[in-house]
Amino acid sequence: MNETHLPHIPQTKPRYSATFDPYTISEIERAAATGIYDIRGGGTKRKLPHFDDLVFLGASVSRYPLEGYREKCGTDVVLGTRFAKKPIHLKTPVTIAGMSFGALSGNAKEALGRGATAVGTSTTTGDGGMTPEERGHSQTLVYQYLPSRYGMNLADLRKADAIEVVIGQGAKPGGGGMLLGQKISDRVAQMRNLPKGIDQRSACRHPDWTGPDDLEIKILELRELTNWEKPIYVKVGATRPYYDTALAVKAGADVVVLDGMQGGTAATQEVFIEHVGIPILAAIRPAVQALQDLGLHRKVQLIVSGGIRNGADVAKAMALGADAVAIGTAALIALGDNSPEFEDEYRKLGTTAGAYDDWHEGKDPAGITTQDPALAARLDPVKAGRRLANYLSVLTLEAQTLARACGKSHLHNLEPEDLVALTIEAAAMAQVPLAGTSWIPGKNF
Amino acid sequence: MSAAQKTMEHTVSFDLGAAPLRELNATLQGLDSTTNQTAWSVLNPRGGHAIAVGLTAPVTVTIEGHAGYYCAGMNDGATVIVNGSAGTGVAENMMSGLVHVKGDVSQSAGATAHGGLLIVDGNASARCGISMKGVNIVVKGNVGHMSAFMAQSGNLVICGDAGEALGDSLYEARLFVKGSVKSLGADCEVKEMSAEDKTILVDLLAKAGVDAKPEEFTRYGSARKLYNFHVDNAGAY
Repeated sequence: MNETHLPHIPQTKPRYSATFDPYTISEIERAAATGIYDIRGGGTKRKLPHFDDLVFLGASVSRYPLEGYREKCGTDVVLGTRFAKKPIHLKTPVTIAGMSFGALSGNAKEALGRGATAVGTSTTTGDGGMTPEERGHSQTLVYQYLPSRYGMNLADLRKADAIEVVIGQGAKPGGGGMLLGQKISDRVAQMRNLPKGIDQRSACRHPDWTGPDDLEIKILELRELTNWEKPIYVKVGATRPYYDTALAVKAGADVVVLDGMQGGTAATQEVFIEHVGIPILAAIRPAVQALQDLGLHRKVQLIVSGGIRNGADVAKAMALGADAVAIGTAALIALGDNSPEFEDEYRKLGTTAGAYDDWHEGKDPAGITTQDPALAARLDPVKAGRRLANYLSVLTLEAQTLARACGKSHLHNLEPEDLVALTIEAAAMAQVPLAGTSWIPGKNF
Repeated sequence: MSAAQKTMEHTVSFDLGAAPLRELNATLQGLDSTTNQTAWSVLNPRGGHAIAVGLTAPVTVTIEGHAGYYCAGMNDGATVIVNGSAGTGVAENMMSGLVHVKGDVSQSAGATAHGGLLIVDGNASARCGISMKGVNIVVKGNVGHMSAFMAQSGNLVICGDAGEALGDSLYEARLFVKGSVKSLGADCEVKEMSAEDKTILVDLLAKAGVDAKPEEFTRYGSARKLYNFHVDNAGAY
């Protein structure tokens, strides 16, 4: 038989392993080549049960809606009503999460302040202290009180509108931080009392207290330092939300900030970001339950964060019991982070617009996560602030739209009964029924 | 009338047994740099927390007894004297001024403090000078474990012994120890005592009223091997 007449034998197509997928293989190769774990910015990138797995039950025969363009739907929120003499009044419940000068450029911090102020909400300092530009452009500024205490001083503490005691964050509950040497400019070094160019570690524990009993005394000190005027927030990464919320309240918090594992960071090990903490969807109801059990729901306010992207996420978080939300990654995107405008430069960095997460390297083409003066100058804080303000307005309008559809005259009137879940996992985590059923896994069988 | 009696007459006493902490701190925090009420005495502190915090006027506050947590916290210019012992975090995050504890202090004394001088006549517990950022601390007795952990700048003088892991993950703070050191923390090493070191040490000993010679002390500082993460040092982290 002539070889040219052999029958064609179909070949199977190359098949990637679900376990050893191309990304996993590339990570093994990278680890083998370098001997060091991968560090990146942002939050978890894996797919998780999230707000998309919930839908609202709009009004129908049993409930009537509010007219979208005529009937009022309030969005304001007051934070710090428990003990603070001067609670914070915000026009929208969408706040800007803590991000440091150091991790972000000065222009980026200014833009965050401008955008937040334009729509009547707050912004938050980060690990590294308060800059005059940030204070000057932020009508309402929350001052973070972190384990490192970089830049912490009495004068700035008294300039703040609220104080956020940071115990953890969603990207790395139980972990400290690291600002790599390449981002330590003269100014950043001066603010942190450290030599230029060295890796700056942020401790994972506070230096002068451990545990909730000590926290209570620390909060007393902070109140005494500031004439009992400032609301005191306590921020925790979502891990054990029921107990963490209860203990924060016991320690005297005015506000609890709960950050899910989708919450971003400037720089942490990939393995930490992806494998520690729980999704925000799973954290809200236990935290609310803790507040309800203590008789303090709506008296101690709850701010949730971690993966808030649109008005639907805002409305769903509030329907589950939050008083407000905070955004970080989404705010940076609104400023211009990962913009296709810089695709050529992202490619040179070995990535692509939409996937850039090496925020710790200080090479951000968008001029946001950098201290390089030339790169930072690319971000116009006025224009970027306007983009953020626009985005915040859209989040608020979208949340109002959904609330009105549920017949609610204020975002705070949204309730779990307005929601159902599309997946069993989401139903269990959010403790709302699976759509089309009355079944809440774990609640009824 | 003698000078001492005159001084006593000009001292304003505040009885914490009769009025709340808020009233004391609000009164002291309300003083400005031109006040002529510069001498204050706090009676019956009874180990209370957050006594005399956040002071910015150049006044002298003498606490007649033991103080609890965070005594003189974030002090910025005042002199606070504790005629007793103090709890956790005395003079934490001090910016400037003087805090002098006549007895012992608990853990995290002078934590994260940026400036000023903290003098402890007795012993200090664990983590004395943790994350200090420019403060000067003189402990006449011993210090506990992990003292000067992640200490960034400033000077810690220990006239007695130091516990385990002294100066772990140290940055640029200078440590001077007269007695023994149970163990050094990661990246902390013995340094040669320079002329500048000696000048600093002599000055601090004089300010604290310690009769000792700089030659009796050993200077410790950062080996600076952990300043930038390197995989070869992974075992040290």
